[in-house]
Amino acid sequence: MDRVFAALGDATRRDIVRRLLTQPEASVSVLAERYAMSFAAVAKHVAVLERARLVSKTRRGREQVVRAEIGTLRSAAGLLAEFETLWRTRIDRMEGLLAEEAPAPRGEEPS
Amino acid sequence: MTVLRTTPDPEALTFTIVAEFAAPPAAVWELWADPRKLERWWGPPTWPARFAEHDLVVGGRSHYVMTGPDGGQAHGWWLVTAVDAPRSLEFEDGFAREDGSPDDSLPTTTARVVVEDTGGSSRMTVVSRFASAEQMQQLAGMGMEEGMRLAMGQMDDLLVAA
Repeated sequence: MDRVFAALGDATRRDIVRRLLTQPEASVSVLAERYAMSFAAVAKHVAVLERARLVSKTRRGREQVVRAEIGTLRSAAGLLAEFETLWRTRIDRMEGLLAEEAPAPRGEEPS
Repeated sequence: MTVLRTTPDPEALTFTIVAEFAAPPAAVWELWADPRKLERWWGPPTWPARFAEHDLVVGGRSHYVMTGPDGGQAHGWWLVTAVDAPRSLEFEDGFAREDGSPDDSLPTTTARVVVEDTGGSSRMTVVSRFASAEQMQQLAGMGMEEGMRLAMGQMDDLLVAA
């Protein structure tokens, strides 16, 4: 998982992942056209993402086709989902405590 | 609908939650500042926390103990790094040994809390930051998941009571 977060620590790599989430696949050369950097530099970014299993790469003829690995992205998000549950529970309990302290609800006031 | 927004950011290693309470900021602040109130919501419902030390001043250290259903205990600490009562608070939160001294082998998170007055009610934003992806993983693997599943059950009771 460390590798996942390290891989996502770079803006270009995050952009590549985002792109692959909106289209089923893209070749390395098509991706390379999008960035102001060499084909080799983009290929290197793709390789980092591949090692982190955030994307997979297959060869099709002369092209290298890249796809997002949804499972890995989900598990990274999953760790934070647990934290979300913790905080949602805390906030519900805070609300409960504030309600205990609050004076009678406004609805009970004579109109 | 208390929770307005949650933003998990696996890239930045942060988790942000924004909530609105039908109470003035001073009352929300007291939930953080008064250890007797804090311990009623900080620990998971099956692991209630007891704060032996707690003082919201810069450099202030808190020491708390959470007791599980089987009697097992987990110690924790806070180090307060910034306070502007009743508006904002920043602290580190980690695990401790029995005497309250920080156990650096276990994960630490940093929390920044901001409470804003929204005209009769309050908006609270909490940003938690993990030190590293490794620490985040460690926290997630520490039985938190089980504790949280139990917490979910009690949440319904609290909502009915509230």
